[in-house]
Amino acid sequence: MYPANFDYQKAASVDAALKAMADNPELKIIAGGHSLLPAMKLRLAQPPALLDIFNLEELKGIKEDGDFYVVGAMTTHADVMRSHLPLFPEVAGWVGDPMVRNRGTIGGSLAHADPSADYPAAALATGAEFVIRGLGGERTVGADEMFLGMFESAVEAGELLTHIRIPKGITASVYEKYRHPASHYAIVGVAMARHADGQIRAAYTGAAEKAARLPKLEERLNAGQDAGTGLVEGADMLGDRFASAEFRAHLVDVLSDRAAKRLG
Amino acid sequence: MNVTVNVNGKPYTRDVEARTLLVHFLREDLLLTGTHVGCDTSQCGACTVHVNGEAVKSCTVLAVQADGMDVKTIEGMGTPGDLHPLQTGFWEKHGLQCGYCTPGMIMASAELLKHNANPSEEEIRYHLEGNYCRCTGYHNIVKAVQHAAEIMAQGGQSGQAADD
Ligand SMILES: Cc1cc2nc3c(=O)[nH]c(=O)nc-3n(C[C@H](O)[C@H](O)[C@H](O)COP(=O)(O)OP(=O)(O)OC[C@H]3O[C@@H](n4cnc5c(N)ncnc54)[C@H](O)[C@@H]3O)c2cc1C
Ligand code: FES
Ligand code: FES
Repeated sequence: MYPANFDYQKAASVDAALKAMADNPELKIIAGGHSLLPAMKLRLAQPPALLDIFNLEELKGIKEDGDFYVVGAMTTHADVMRSHLPLFPEVAGWVGDPMVRNRGTIGGSLAHADPSADYPAAALATGAEFVIRGLGGERTVGADEMFLGMFESAVEAGELLTHIRIPKGITASVYEKYRHPASHYAIVGVAMARHADGQIRAAYTGAAEKAARLPKLEERLNAGQDAGTGLVEGADMLGDRFASAEFRAHLVDVLSDRAAKRLG
Repeated sequence: MNVTVNVNGKPYTRDVEARTLLVHFLREDLLLTGTHVGCDTSQCGACTVHVNGEAVKSCTVLAVQADGMDVKTIEGMGTPGDLHPLQTGFWEKHGLQCGYCTPGMIMASAELLKHNANPSEEEIRYHLEGNYCRCTGYHNIVKAVQHAAEIMAQGGQSGQAADD
């Protein structure tokens, strides 16, 4: 299966990439390529030109900055899995398979905002922040403002997601996932984290147009109650040939209960 | 575009279209047809090779992305006279039927054994989640990998693999 043809160039730096994108609005970023190339092979995407940022060292690895871990966007799922970050290593271990994890990147996944991706739930539960750079400068977006819709994140045309800031001080965290048996993507995933102040934040992915917090669940758990049921009552759930909307809503309840019990 | 890729220790320079997938570069430009294509959706793992020592799906990497890198394919694992322990394992434990998935299985397993010399059944199954087999039902594949681990623990045959 061949993608349609395109021009290809490697970016020399983040600054050079931003400049190249400004000069050519048709330029498409390629990171690990593990969402983009499958779409291009099926010709669901036919970008005329690719700009490769996968090898940019300035976007790789995990550093610390005060109360935050700062994760470079081109850090692979495999490196996230081997790291000491809160919650994200467990979530990374659920992404695809070892070969996908050796190439796919945390920044590529979060910028892409696939409704079935795993990290968005983790970002919401940990209260991660996103460092987004454009030619005009840098801005930081909170997790609650990052996921706007299906395949739509706060990263705009001409911008790059450069780093993900994850707060320290999370004392416990879990991820529960019901995955598609062939693709391994989340049919539903529920992430949960207890923060430094003792408060629990929880979020789900896979079940709706975008990953979102679970306010009813958070309220119950923070009041010392069980997870209970009806957690996404009234929300617009996805239904497809893999799982109906009702089944997905049910899975949110079941996985939330399991996650709460494991969180303790 | 000109690319130079070190495949099984030898540099190859070819002029390729940007859209050439690494698997097609290996199969069609270098005629190394041991690496298979089993799907259109990046799911089956039949195309697994090592790039700079890491297992990747060569159908989901562009040849131009492998420029300057070291690639190892099934052809670099052993020879008929000097099989890699994984090849011996698949032979001895009947870890294949049609053999279509086997090159990918072996390349993925080789990465596992590099990091974990004595994997449990559960660890083997987890590590091979990206490699699909239509024939065997996986049980004998697990046994083949365990057999290879035993051979390697006894310092047995090496094939050409232990290095990357
Ligand atoms: C077989 C298979 C199974 C998978 N299973 C799962 C799974 O279980 N769970 C899961 O979450 N994911 C899964 N994935 C997807 C995988 O995690 C991808 O790696 C990830 O979604 C995209 O990251 P990438 O680095 O590969 O990005 P790419 O595919 O290179 O890019 C994706 C998109 O984001 C844009 N982009 C990339 N980086 C940036 C950036 N820094 N700034 C701005 N825009 C950017 C690109 O232009 C592109 O539009 C699977 C993929 C495959 C092939
Ligand atoms: S050919 Fe199926 S994953 Fe590459
Ligand atoms: S032996 Fe036939 S696909 Fe695995």
